[in-house]
Amino acid sequence: MVWVKIRNFQSIMFRSLPLFIAALLFLGCTLSLNASSTSSGTAPTPTLEQRAAYADAERNNTDPSTTGIPPMASPAHTSWMMVSAALVLFMTIPGLVLFYGGLVRQKNVLSMAALCLGITALVAMIWWAVGYSLVFGRSFAAEGASGFAHAASPFLGGTEFFFLRNVGVAPNTDYAFWIPQSVFCVFQLTFAIITPVLIFGASAERMKFTSVIVFAFLWFFLVYIPLTHMVWGATGLMNGVWNPKAAVPAIDFAGGMVVEMACGWSALVLCLILGKRRGYGREPMMPHSMVLASVGTGVLWIGWYGFNAGSALAADGIAANAFLTTTLAGAAASFVWPLLEFLQRGKPSVLGFCSGAVAGLVGITPACGFVDAGGAVIVGAAAGVISYVACTTLKRALKYDDTLDVFGVHGVSGTVGLILTGVLATSVTNPNLLGAAASSNGLKAALEGHTLWLVQLKAIGITLLLLIPATLLITLVVRALVGLRPGGEIESQGLDIHDHGEEGYTMNG
Amino acid sequence: MKKIEAIIKPFKIEEVKAALSEMGIEGMTVTEVKGFGRQKGHTEIYRGSEYTVDFLPKIKLEVVLADNAVEGAIKAIVDAAKTGKIGDGKVFVLPVENAIRIRTGETGDQAV
Repeated sequence: MVWVKIRNFQSIMFRSLPLFIAALLFLGCTLSLNASSTSSGTAPTPTLEQRAAYADAERNNTDPSTTGIPPMASPAHTSWMMVSAALVLFMTIPGLVLFYGGLVRQKNVLSMAALCLGITALVAMIWWAVGYSLVFGRSFAAEGASGFAHAASPFLGGTEFFFLRNVGVAPNTDYAFWIPQSVFCVFQLTFAIITPVLIFGASAERMKFTSVIVFAFLWFFLVYIPLTHMVWGATGLMNGVWNPKAAVPAIDFAGGMVVEMACGWSALVLCLILGKRRGYGREPMMPHSMVLASVGTGVLWIGWYGFNAGSALAADGIAANAFLTTTLAGAAASFVWPLLEFLQRGKPSVLGFCSGAVAGLVGITPACGFVDAGGAVIVGAAAGVISYVACTTLKRALKYDDTLDVFGVHGVSGTVGLILTGVLATSVTNPNLLGAAASSNGLKAALEGHTLWLVQLKAIGITLLLLIPATLLITLVVRALVGLRPGGEIESQGLDIHDHGEEGYTMNG
Repeated sequence: MKKIEAIIKPFKIEEVKAALSEMGIEGMTVTEVKGFGRQKGHTEIYRGSEYTVDFLPKIKLEVVLADNAVEGAIKAIVDAAKTGKIGDGKVFVLPVENAIRIRTGETGDQAV
């Protein structure tokens, strides 16, 4: 009986889904049409001094409001941020299509492509409707908002940008003085896309596409939205650099918590509940194309410049530093991982170079805008060594089947990077660590007292407290609603034919 | 008529082809295959997961000849494909009932 009920629920859900989406689209378009455009009014002609101060503010990526000239997007900063947003999307499509697709067996290559493309589309729709606003709005913290909204404001943003109302060329100065809010919104969207995609490397080759999509939908609301607001939202709980009222003044430049810890630890929970692939440990489960995987690694590394240097939200000195530190950390880990293989086994593998590069880039993600070149090499080397041990020794000892080592690479190196950021961050690299917000929320004091790593540990603890129970709940709900695995025969045949009715490689050419 | 099926090391195919061409054999079919005999496979390691690969890549060469050409062809293949190390492969000889050239309809020895 219970089963019947669940099946009914499932069919009702899928039948009413198109109607729901249509209603959502209609509502959204209506709201967008009614959105008021900001009128600038007639301001007096600025003086030469005002213009010079304004130009300085643009060059230094600082607040231009004191000059009396209304803020406008800067072509220089904007062009870098549009390129960055495209680079980060390039990491998912085709970066992860190639990297994940190459690492699975031939019969499942399209299942990886499908989830990269499917989640890109799904998350973009959620982002437009409510996602962006719930992360980067601030109406819950506004004067006159209810007590409940106020209590929620460290965890959720607000409702003012639903359906991207008022998200246009005017900068949102909560985040960036010199780029259109629309560009900021797209840039952040590309992070929101890649994070859930990464999780499904752990469940690769054995999770149904329907289950992937339902999981991604629920996970986005329960984990990504609150966590990202907590770390990067203007009123976020753990936004040490920008929120003067942050209770835990932690620092995460480009997504050590938001992206790497989030996908890595959720991946571990998911693959533990999912169980091992059929024949795991008995049948050979080798990457079907190390060529695709190594090309994908290159795409990821290049895309990471948008990810890390773009996270400065401007083409400024902090971005330039992040560009350098990203390169060094990726290189350090890409050197260390195959070196360990060489010492242990006598052969440095191509997958070792690839895995090391990704681990180093993951490790430097929270640190890239806060540490200097030397710090980057330390972070990269540490990430390379620790992820190597996690993927080889730890995984074998604990006997879990994390297909593409999402936990071992992203979860482990992300966490290591966050702790090392607390140790190696320097205000010489990033003066914002001593800014107004940092002075009032305790970040400056923690930095100067060398206790920032303790704050980072606290933030890691809070992140895990959200991630683990939420992912556990979501996995169990998805299992009850639509099931997780496709069943034995289908798993042996591969997901491509069953879930998508296609094959990656066909004979007749 | 006989069919010769030879399983050889992939890097030897050009030498074998040259040897057969030299004795006037004008056609053959070649397939990339995998298999194993006495030669052991090797291990591959991907992030610490170790797999034994038993099936090694080989080339299967098939050629159908008139009876009088068979001995010479076998010798040419064996001489060209031999390295003296384990894994050099094998040659099989099978009887063939008939052969038909599709374009002309010729049969038997004329067709091969």
